[in-house]
Amino acid sequence: MELFQQITQFVISGLATGAIYALIGLSFAIIFNSTGIINFAQGEFVMLGGVMTIFSLNVLHLPLIAAIAVAVAATTVVGVVFERLAIRPLKNATPLALIIITIGASILIRGVVMLVWGKDTQALPAFSGNDPISVVGATLLPQHLWIFGVTVLVIVGCRLFFHHTISGKAMRACSFNRRAANLVGISVGRMVLFSFVISAAVGSLAGVIIAPLTMTAYDVGVMLGLKGFCAAIMGGMGSGLGTVLGGLILGTLESLGAGLISSGYKDAIAFFILLLILFIRPQGLFKKGETERV
Amino acid sequence: MLKIKNINAYYGKVHALKNVSLHLNRGEIVTLIGANGAGKTTLLNALSGIIPTESGEIALEGKGITGLSADRVVSLGLSQVPEGRQVFNPLTVEENLELGAYLRYRSGGQKGEITADIQHMFRMFPRLEERRKQAAGTLSGGEQQMLAIGRALMARPKLLLLDEPSMGLAPLVVQDIFKVIQRLREEEGTTILLVEQNARAALKVADRGYVLETGKVILEGIASELLENKDVQRAYLGRDKKEIWER
Repeated sequence: MELFQQITQFVISGLATGAIYALIGLSFAIIFNSTGIINFAQGEFVMLGGVMTIFSLNVLHLPLIAAIAVAVAATTVVGVVFERLAIRPLKNATPLALIIITIGASILIRGVVMLVWGKDTQALPAFSGNDPISVVGATLLPQHLWIFGVTVLVIVGCRLFFHHTISGKAMRACSFNRRAANLVGISVGRMVLFSFVISAAVGSLAGVIIAPLTMTAYDVGVMLGLKGFCAAIMGGMGSGLGTVLGGLILGTLESLGAGLISSGYKDAIAFFILLLILFIRPQGLFKKGETERV
Repeated sequence: MLKIKNINAYYGKVHALKNVSLHLNRGEIVTLIGANGAGKTTLLNALSGIIPTESGEIALEGKGITGLSADRVVSLGLSQVPEGRQVFNPLTVEENLELGAYLRYRSGGQKGEITADIQHMFRMFPRLEERRKQAAGTLSGGEQQMLAIGRALMARPKLLLLDEPSMGLAPLVVQDIFKVIQRLREEEGTTILLVEQNARAALKVADRGYVLETGKVILEGIASELLENKDVQRAYLGRDKKEIWER
């Protein structure tokens, strides 16, 4: 019974972290599908979400909701500026060159945040207290519920956007066939910009909701970004259910491994899975033939 | 309607269009025939603003469109049905049609008209209505060609460019496609520039034709006269077996 409770506990916290990985994975996939590049500054969007919420809360003394809104909006602006300054001017660059630029951008963003807000780890208070809720012997924090709730909302929101608005459909069309999209009058540059906006917003939101659980600092984006990338790879770089499942599986395995084997292996497990998938199923875990990509 | 004056364009490093001039009058079907690599597709892409022109002028209804971006060209009334159809495979038939009207959605206030136009496309191509919720990639080649034409028409173009609509299709389906092209002119009054390797079929539906060879217009004239022309017959109409082109 003791073991069962432990496992339940690990699964719950694993699913919560997994949900975060799923969101970050989605934000990777959105940019990948519109530009063909892996944006390694994605983790920095996540970090900015958490750090700027704390800044808005503590320094600007905004209420929590407003602080979150400010943080997400500010990160989105960073995403837009990034696309305008570093991606758009290099229209004909190879994906490899662009990927290296995103790595450069991530180092830059991290450095600026470190200079402005210091190296200290900061905590964001939980959104609605810390009173645990007991579920079959394990404890669930209210913040976990926030994470699950926000994740579901984001996924539903993305689904609605990509399938029920003309801009969303245009983005899907563009990621499938740029030339044909161009011929019906869709401006590819505009779609790329959109993808950075959505991706930065989703990424930063993930950073906000995880910050009360794991604390945040200028460098949390590196690990979170890589884990999210791992989830996206598991989902075959699609922005659908595959990536979400990838994130949840990754989070759960990581949490079980850390709990049952040794917490020292936590990160190793994620990267072991990443390598395994790249070796065995580089097309993603759930990919059969043509799946949906956005 | 359309006037092209002395345009030059490059396909990579190849000088693909050399001082090409041609024109279309309103309501005409004009065909552009020529072998593979003659520059037909390059010409259409230059018109659509997909590739740049080095020199020369393109005017649509007297308005210069040289060097405009592809989305501007569409908004001015010139749509292209690309070679190989290029429908959006993962999207449904209906979504493909909606995206054809993308710029009309963007300019706002036309929702009702767009829905009516989609219904109109379904009347014109009943097969598409049967498959409206199906992913476009699951359609047959002929159906995809209908969809690609429908998608282009959703922008309500004044001038439609068709790039090898018969490519890779069975002979019976090819007949259907050419019937559709004639109906477009008769019922919608669309002006059409038709690029074809299937020269005989193209010249039969067209009013006039241009023959393109290695980037130059070498011959132009009334379609029926081109059909009788000995040089054209020998070079493009000669071998009946080649009427069905494999990719």
